[in-house]
Amino acid sequence: MVIDYSTQLHYVLALLPETVLSVWAMLVLLLDVFQKGERSEASSPGIAWITLLGVLLAAAANLWLLTLREASPAGVIAIDSFRVFSNFLFLLAAALFVLISTRYLEQEHLRLGEIYVLVLLATVGMMIFAGSRDLMVIFLGLELMSVPVYVLTGVNRRSARSAEGALKYFLLGAFSSAFFLFGIAMIYGGTRSTNLTLIAAAIGVDGLGANALVKIGMALLAVGFGFKVAAVPFHMWTPDAYEGAPAPITGFMAAGVKAAAFAAFLRVFLTAFPGLWETWGAMVFWLAILTMVGANLIALVEPNVKRMLAYSSISHAGYLLVALAAASAVGAASFLFYLVVYTLMTMGAFAVLLAVAGPGEEWLDVESYAGLGWRNPMLGVVMTVFLLSLAGFPFTGGFIGKVFILRAAVEKGFVVLAVVLVLASLVSYWYYLRVAWYMWFREATADSPTVPAVPLGLRIALVAAAAAVVLLGVFPGAFLSLAERSAASLMQAPSSVIGLLH
Amino acid sequence: MVQYSLWLSAVLFALGVLGVVIRRNAIILFMCVELMLNAANLAFVAFSRVVGIDGQVFVFFVMTVAAAEAAVGLAIVISLFRHSESVDTRNFNLLRW
Repeated sequence: MVIDYSTQLHYVLALLPETVLSVWAMLVLLLDVFQKGERSEASSPGIAWITLLGVLLAAAANLWLLTLREASPAGVIAIDSFRVFSNFLFLLAAALFVLISTRYLEQEHLRLGEIYVLVLLATVGMMIFAGSRDLMVIFLGLELMSVPVYVLTGVNRRSARSAEGALKYFLLGAFSSAFFLFGIAMIYGGTRSTNLTLIAAAIGVDGLGANALVKIGMALLAVGFGFKVAAVPFHMWTPDAYEGAPAPITGFMAAGVKAAAFAAFLRVFLTAFPGLWETWGAMVFWLAILTMVGANLIALVEPNVKRMLAYSSISHAGYLLVALAAASAVGAASFLFYLVVYTLMTMGAFAVLLAVAGPGEEWLDVESYAGLGWRNPMLGVVMTVFLLSLAGFPFTGGFIGKVFILRAAVEKGFVVLAVVLVLASLVSYWYYLRVAWYMWFREATADSPTVPAVPLGLRIALVAAAAAVVLLGVFPGAFLSLAERSAASLMQAPSSVIGLLH
Repeated sequence: MVQYSLWLSAVLFALGVLGVVIRRNAIILFMCVELMLNAANLAFVAFSRVVGIDGQVFVFFVMTVAAAEAAVGLAIVISLFRHSESVDTRNFNLLRW
């Protein structure tokens, strides 16, 4: 079926996964409210499975998108394999969140229903953020993603840390959104459009590359994205927000929200500004170097595992920025591949963290992991897999992803970036392997926490994520060609858009 | 005419950024962010005199978003105030800033 947006129905069809998920969010909200009448303090765990069903339905609708064809490459809602790929990624993050969080949220006396509604709405925001071709709609998606996540960060109202993390996240998040919006205004003035494809055409054909408004706008957009993906020097909110937020929500923020910001970053800059790559490529180059060096050095001396994982997520943003700076088909493919691996291993590591942390998140120190491998082999083994993959050990997805990123960087002539990436990874071995060393080679002391039995949902999520990380490391071929095909749909020939202008 | 509006919008935006950087009261910080958003609104309206009506429509979107952000932001400030009896960001040091 060809979508040309001639009738309203076409918008509904093009946005079917988002529509399904939004409707499902309302449904979960209503269910939760009606349950509240009977049992005042806690929702029933059944609501988790209902939420999961909604995510699966949205995934089915997302798969169905592949049968649609676009009439024009300038449609407001992109219907390309890049969008389908990134949508699956966000739905994966949402599903993993639901699986890992149920027990934790009950133990902290948080209401499941309202949290799942916010997660579903944030997921819709991510899908619109990364799937639209109009800067204004992208801005709306960004806000639809960010506002629920601000609430989620502060959702544990009994915890002062949670509230403090939420305030810091909110203030800097809103600050960065304002930069993003002002950038949109400048580009709108400079190119007379907010459509990414038309902006590219205006820059390519009318020679607007030297236009001051366009350059300022592009720089402001990059600053806005820099905050959202937590690139150094725009990262100062990240460790605090990640440490303050409840652990499963931190996982969702580190994986889903960051993946969405990166996917949108890639789409905006590759679709709208391929002609200005010399300018923004240099900017992303320096961001990548600062991020890789800064985050890895701070993580070295961080004894709190939750905060260490926050710095680790910043350093991974640096690796992804390397792939973005390359701005080639290979770069975009390696970018998507790494994004998937990153989501799996980050969610996995946070899932183990919340199982160990216990009520009130008391056990966050690296000492708490002493002897964990022998006391709970299942947690020990999967955590080791995630840590090795985060560090980039051979036979894990993290290693293969880094190799692909290195290849893309070297092909484009960024040897310096490649060298910094390798050195940064070597440094990161220390702080990842320190946790693994504590788990297997340190005796548990009397102070060590007793790890309760791992509930079913968490167990499914951990085993599936660990298996996927290993599979992607051993047999990356099929998945990489999928990523390549999805990335190729972003890299359109400029000649195909020139006819759209005037 | 459009140029003057744009200069005004740039000045307002810069004032907002300056305010976020130097002030320490959470509510004032939030007001400075709103100032930045409204600077962008002014730029949209100014451009729409040249480009077309779209810019004025965007302003409505931005106003709606700003309202949603205000609701959430003030709720977060209240929930933090209940813990620390303060809205001064210098007092928020449970987490290393």
